[in-house]
Order: sequence, then structure tokens, then C-alpha cells
Amino acid sequence: MSNLPADLKYTKSHEWVRTLPDGTVEIGITDHAQHELGDLVFVEVPDAGRVVKADEPCAVVESVKAASDVYAPIAGEITAGNPKLAAEPEAVNADPYGEGWLMRLRPAPGALDAAALLSPAQYQQVLDAEVH
Amino acid sequence: MVDFGGWDMPVQYSSQIGEHHAVRRAAGVFDVSHMAVLDLRGGRVRQFLQRLLANDVAKLNLPGKALYSCMLNERGGVLDDLIVYFLNDYWYRMVVNAGTRDKDLAWIREQARPYEVEVTERTDLAMLAVQGPEARAKAAQLLPSADGAAALALDTFVGRELGRWFVARTGYTGEDGFEIMMPAADAVAAWRGLNSLGVASCGLGARDTLRLEAGMNLYGNDMDESTQPYESNLGWTVALAPGERDFIGRAALEPIARAGSQRKLVGLLLEERGVLRAHQKVVAAPAGEGEITSGTYSPTLERSIALARVPAATAGQVQVEVRGKPLSARVVRPPFVRAGRSLI
Repeated sequence: MSNLPADLKYTKSHEWVRTLPDGTVEIGITDHAQHELGDLVFVEVPDAGRVVKADEPCAVVESVKAASDVYAPIAGEITAGNPKLAAEPEAVNADPYGEGWLMRLRPAPGALDAAALLSPAQYQQVLDAEVH
Repeated sequence: MVDFGGWDMPVQYSSQIGEHHAVRRAAGVFDVSHMAVLDLRGGRVRQFLQRLLANDVAKLNLPGKALYSCMLNERGGVLDDLIVYFLNDYWYRMVVNAGTRDKDLAWIREQARPYEVEVTERTDLAMLAVQGPEARAKAAQLLPSADGAAALALDTFVGRELGRWFVARTGYTGEDGFEIMMPAADAVAAWRGLNSLGVASCGLGARDTLRLEAGMNLYGNDMDESTQPYESNLGWTVALAPGERDFIGRAALEPIARAGSQRKLVGLLLEERGVLRAHQKVVAAPAGEGEITSGTYSPTLERSIALARVPAATAGQVQVEVRGKPLSARVVRPPFVRAGRSLI
């Protein structure tokens, strides 16, 4: 069973979104996603200041076996990429919802409401529908 | 689980990198029962194999001795790479890849007919590869003491029947160890026995990173029917002497051996962050362009490594296109790692 914190929103492409007190959002990949990828060995995060559209590929997570794009769940401007991951990509495996966050973003006006984010229960349905 | 040549096989049991390190530092066990074991029997089996294989089984002068060889088509393309064991004058055993099993069997049977060699696929056997610096000592404990001592006395690249098992000091990881063929009914107990001795269960993922660090080719990635041994870093396995041995593919290879191959298979070491992967483009100015055939992250070296087919004049630095960006890599001679130590 995957670990799905109740206070986060999710996407079909296995990102999670946390709303921070200052109105920006923190984004990472889910426990399910890190488990499917296996041991991460390379993570590339976007630079602060980059403006991204919703569903735009903006980070890369690579495990020993595969490379995977991470998509911006919400349109906006990147305020930070997690600087720790260049040296410690394994933090995403160890703590996908905490130390392993990928980027922070200031949503464009109205973008948070427009984004098709999933509740934990809805994301669980996405996982249940995946064939193993 | 992934489909691998028609077999459901685990990529990893726990952590791919953890399994990799277990083999480099202690011992790990791989289920390699997907590989096809063929017994070849007949009075003219040696002559048959001298025709079938690019390497020369005349090198096998002691019972149990093993030889690595390519099996070529008439154009010199690699149909498969394999290990053949000399058991006695009437009996050789061959281990071929799972993905090429049907093609190999049809080809071998067709070539064997004039030699009246009987080809039997040993689907009754499972095979476990136990690899790592502690692998032989651990695996020997599964055998009765006299057989265990005999297994430990095996030289490199030699196999021997010990009771119901055929134990060979071979492998695909760059570490010491055994590959053990056994009745399929023995395999689960042997696996659990190895686990209880501290031998880590290892999947296909670790098998791939270990073989690539060891500079060993993977059939279908690093060579296939469209490539010949000299452009696959396998020229050392082609026995052109004696000149009268007319093996399949010889006529196509002789001019290449004289003139030199246009392309070669080299090792690449990525000098920046990122991961090299198969099919990425290699730019080797001024020699030309090539392509990565296998690439991965090396857990031992903690950087990315690859095998690449490039123009023969390629040397020094090259650029690899990784996800749209050119990254610098250094041309090196494989292997990258052997017996737990970096050779870079």
C-alpha cells in the first residue's frame, strides 16, 4: 500500500502538491512513483525564475533503470529547486514527501483553481487502476 | 516483474544498488534459469563445434573446461554469444541466451544434421549464478563436504558434475563465483539455503549494472546479427588460426581482420552529471558519429558508464547527446570494474 498524506493534492502523473502558508506550492513525486522507479541516481530540478505552463516537463528523475520527466501540475513561476538533490538524489526515495521535494512554485493568478488536482482518495483510484 | 525473453523476472528484490554492492562486496544469487542449456552429443561433436563457432573448441583440452564464443551467420554477424563446456569426446554442453533460444535451436539443429550430432535442450535444469568474493565459499556449503571441496578446487572457467549438480566457475558480473545447473526441483531449496547463509537475492537490474561495469556485452544491445565481432570488442574470441578451420562466418571476417574494422565498441565514462542510456548519439569529432549500445549508472564508480559503437579513429573526449544536451564523456577501454576494484 502506498503512503498518501491526507493534506496533499496529487496528479495522475504521480506528482504531489503541498500549499505553503505564503501561497506558493511545493511539488514532489509520490511514494508510489519513487518505488516504481527504484534507486534514484540523478535528479535535475528547474532554476528559480523559470516560468512554466501546466503539464510542462520541468524536472527529471533518473533511477538506475529509467529516466522520467516530472510535469508542472500548475502554471506559475519556479521559486526554488531543491538544492540538496544534486548531491543526494536518494533523498527522494527515503523521504518523497519531505526532504525529497523537487521544486517550489508561485502559481499564476487563477492557476491553482484551474489545475485538475486529485484528492488522496481520487489518486488512490488511479493507483488501483494501474495494472501490475 | 518484467517480461524477459518470455520469462517473468524481477528487476530487483529489494534495492537494485544494494544488490549490486552485495555482489561486489560479499555474495549475491541470480536466477538465470531463463538461459537455455543444450547438450550436444555424437562422435563428431568436436568437428561440428569447430564449424559452428567462431572460437575454437580445440582450446578445450581438459574435461569441464569452458570457452566463450560467438556463433556467427555467413555474413559474420553475431547470431548469439554463448559458453560451451567440453565434458567428454562425445558430449559438450552449451549455454545460450533466452531471447535467442528458438532461433539458436533451429540454426544449431540445421547445422548439426550432417554431423549426426544430437541436440537436447535441458529444460529440466534450473540455473543459479552465485557471484561475489564470498560466493564460492557460501555455495560450497550447500554441497556434501567432498563435493564442496571439489567445487572449491575448480579453476576459473571450469565446470564439473558434482552429484545432481553441474557447478562451473563462471559468471557475468566480473566477480568470482559459480554458475550452478541443477534439477529444477532443487532450485527453491538451494536459493533459500543461500539466503540463509547471507547471500543476497539479486534481480535483472543488478545483473545489468554488474555486467556493464565488468565490460561484458549484452546480446541484442551491444551486438546482434547486423554487427560482427571486431566491431563488438569480441575480436579476441575469434580464432582465425589454424587457417584451415572453416567456421561459419570466416570468409566474411577474414577481410575485416586484415583491413581493420571501420567501427569499434568502446567504454565511455561520463564526466558530468546525468545518466548515459542506450541509443544516445555520440559525437566524436573529427572521427564521426556513433551510438551508445548500453548505458547505466555505475554504483561502484558513482558515475555513469556506457558501451558505445563509434568510428575506429575515436579517442579521448567525445560528446553524448543526453536529453537534448551535449555532455562530455571520456573514451576508456572496458572493463570499468573487476573483482570489486575500479580499473578507471
